[in-house]
Amino acid sequence: MKKQIISGTHEPFAHIIKREKMPWWKEWGVRLCAIALSLVVCAIVIKLVIGVPPTALFSKFADGLLGRMRADIPQNHQFWLTMGDTSILLLIALAITPAFKMRFWNIGAEGQVLIGSLASAWMMITIGKYVNAGGVFPRWLTLVVMLVVAMIAGAIWALLPAYFKNKWNTNETLFTLMMNYIAIQLTAYCCTEFWSKKNTSNNVGVINSEGKAMGYGWLPTPLKESFPKVSEWLIIIAVAVVFSLLIHIYLKYSKQGYELSVVGESENTARYVGINVPKVVLRTMIISGALCGLVGFLLVSGDQHSISTTIVDGRGFTAIMVSWISKFNPFAMAAVAFMFVFLEHGAAQIASVPLPNGQRLSGAEEFSSILTAIIIFFIIGCEFFINYKVVFRKFSKKGE
Amino acid sequence: MDKIHAIELKNITKRFGNVVANENVSLSVNKGEILSILGENGSGKTTLMNMIAGIYYPDEGSIYINGEEVHIRTPKDAFNYKIGMIHQHFKLVDVFTATENIVLGTKQKPSQAKKFIADLCATYGFVLDLDKKIYEMSVSEKQTVEIIKVLYRGANILILDEPTAVLTPQEIDKLFNVLRNMREKGKSIIIITHKLNEVMAISDRVAVLCKGKYVGSVLTAETNETRLTEMMVGEKISLNIHRSDPKNVSERLIVSNINCINREGVKVLDDVSFTANSGEILGIAGIAGSGQRELLESIAGLQKLNSGSIIYIDPNTGDKENLRDKTPMQIRNLGVRLSFVPEDRLGMGLVGNMDLVDNMMLRSYGKGGPFFVHREEPKKLAERIVSQLGVVTPDTATPVRRLSGGNVQKILVGREIAASPTVLMAAYPVRGLDINSSHLIYDLLNEQKEKGVAVIFVGEDLDVLIELCDRILVIGAGKVTGVVDGRNASKTEIGLLMTGEQASSSQTEGGNEA
Repeated sequence: MKKQIISGTHEPFAHIIKREKMPWWKEWGVRLCAIALSLVVCAIVIKLVIGVPPTALFSKFADGLLGRMRADIPQNHQFWLTMGDTSILLLIALAITPAFKMRFWNIGAEGQVLIGSLASAWMMITIGKYVNAGGVFPRWLTLVVMLVVAMIAGAIWALLPAYFKNKWNTNETLFTLMMNYIAIQLTAYCCTEFWSKKNTSNNVGVINSEGKAMGYGWLPTPLKESFPKVSEWLIIIAVAVVFSLLIHIYLKYSKQGYELSVVGESENTARYVGINVPKVVLRTMIISGALCGLVGFLLVSGDQHSISTTIVDGRGFTAIMVSWISKFNPFAMAAVAFMFVFLEHGAAQIASVPLPNGQRLSGAEEFSSILTAIIIFFIIGCEFFINYKVVFRKFSKKGE
Repeated sequence: MDKIHAIELKNITKRFGNVVANENVSLSVNKGEILSILGENGSGKTTLMNMIAGIYYPDEGSIYINGEEVHIRTPKDAFNYKIGMIHQHFKLVDVFTATENIVLGTKQKPSQAKKFIADLCATYGFVLDLDKKIYEMSVSEKQTVEIIKVLYRGANILILDEPTAVLTPQEIDKLFNVLRNMREKGKSIIIITHKLNEVMAISDRVAVLCKGKYVGSVLTAETNETRLTEMMVGEKISLNIHRSDPKNVSERLIVSNINCINREGVKVLDDVSFTANSGEILGIAGIAGSGQRELLESIAGLQKLNSGSIIYIDPNTGDKENLRDKTPMQIRNLGVRLSFVPEDRLGMGLVGNMDLVDNMMLRSYGKGGPFFVHREEPKKLAERIVSQLGVVTPDTATPVRRLSGGNVQKILVGREIAASPTVLMAAYPVRGLDINSSHLIYDLLNEQKEKGVAVIFVGEDLDVLIELCDRILVIGAGKVTGVVDGRNASKTEIGLLMTGEQASSSQTEGGNEA
């Protein structure tokens, strides 16, 4: 009797136990519940803070995908814009996944993409000037040169932290982060010093938009007649699809992919079986950085036709979340990247919601960030309940 | 109760799953007394102390402090009862100074506390620069900070978990002087150690644990090292392990005078020499951390050596190769079929998050074409091991970390044996395994021995070593302290060699035997 009271009162109130694996349908059930719950919480916040019916806001969110609201945007265009942005985000996530699977904390994708952009823009401008000055240079070769140089630049940006990590065990998180700032400053310097239209601004403007070099280094827009809304994004979307498959195969079926997962899971095991860990780290970072450079090329050549320090727009960091939430599965990454872009585009729409007092929502951007954060919080948070269960203390009844 | 003890444990039992770590342990410490807790690896010493320090809570039994029953649920409770534990692994903030670490977690400011800490040092005879940062300190200085930290918090009962393991003999003397000073001031001290000479030197009483059970306690003045060893190793238990006579014995691996100094500057292997023969199981006995890991890893190509050689003799050609400082890949490329079952199964031998098939591939993934891995062969191997060794698993696509300890070990040993080795090294291969799984592992090792493999078995259970091995190499603090014949060695003899006594005389004996 006495013993029972002791063990009853001294057991902790609740403790956490790791679960056995859930069946897949249960896992997705938990995730759906989490999304539903997040929408409920969003609805409460919307009602309490701005007092409009939550449904009105949610339908605006959906407009971010289908784009019915703004007159200047043609029907369906918004959908393909979402797809294009999803592809870019997915590609960055794919690029960093080998590094993260190796547990190399590469938070430098932002800089690696940017330096790729900078390198392609440099090639684009140089060749453009040459052509405008009367030189001869094939159009297709311009793209090839831009692509190659961008990939080399990205690879170098990723290689440096890996080399120093191998050599002196430097902290890759800080190193890759710092490399981002170098890339940003370098871009800012090049833009203002060499390429700005007037000496006072750092706005480069559209590159190769006039003269003989018109359209040099621009990604082609195939099928423009039959699919005008898609063509702008077609190549980028296709590249994303191809690389999803390639990265999936690389990680799952190649020797290199196998090696890097062993290194990531346990460096000791890797050493034990004779894997040359520094070599694998270096190789993986080169691949990862080169892919980031490729995305930088796509941004300049296919999307912006220009260069600025904000061209990557934080997607190098968002991609880390995409990669991790998807547990490094390329196909899950496509879904997660879509979700992130959808939330972002949707959130941009709610600025146009009329408030009860007839005015427009001020601080709409901040408010939409709050809603996005709530949804992401629930989606990530539910993983805890998939992996663990919480056991509460059982109170033994008297006389038991 | 005629005498009030500083701390008294009554009938303490602690289980982890179906493993009993402590069974019905009762012991007491008086005020102003140094009590040694003696026991082999895995005899439950640290678990017992963790219950006093509030890290674990006992399943059964009760703890009394100054005659009153107490419940120590957290380390904070332990502090409140004036109990302080100095762990084997220090818990200090590297970039803080000694003073900052000492006051950390209390409400005092370092500047205010400094005078008080300096007085503490003077009282007990600590020599320490209080403004030195932890990362600039030696191991012994760090330990001093830990001890002052618990004294600063007012501890009257100090528990030291193997405090001498990391110290030089001079530092040990200094520590013991401080401990004696503390005893003078009425503190109660519990010290966990393996080293018998230290037990004799420092303690007033000795409590002996064996396989989780309390054997008894004796006054140090009334005992000697041989009697303590007998208490510690317990009665000989017959395990009925099959042992065949070695056949076609020839030299396979000759280790000569290898030395290894680790990152902390400690000599972990000190002039170690031995020969492993084919068709024989060579046991390696020693207190945990005496250099067993470094020894095996240096043979496997994972540990750089400072000097010495490791000569492998090819069974077919008789060619000799020096394996020293070669990488595992280079060793494999030489055609040396060396299999190694490391101590850390999921952290080194296997990858916990990978499934059975991918774990089978670890050794062989390099085979075949240049780019793609081939999973057909590993899958067949996994299925064969599952059926032959009776591995309990839903399928071969299950991550190995989901399997029980015994099944994990079967997978690892199965894979290493499948490579048809000429040298097989196994570190603690039956640790944590039940009787049936353990016997399966012994059978597998014996089978390899009969095939003419040179088997090296690092073990902790002396009964097993004596019944399984043909010869047993005993190491203590990185040195070979003796080689004994498994067929007529006694546990006490090995126990004494392990704890470092009579090292010089036994070494010559062992040399003759080998």
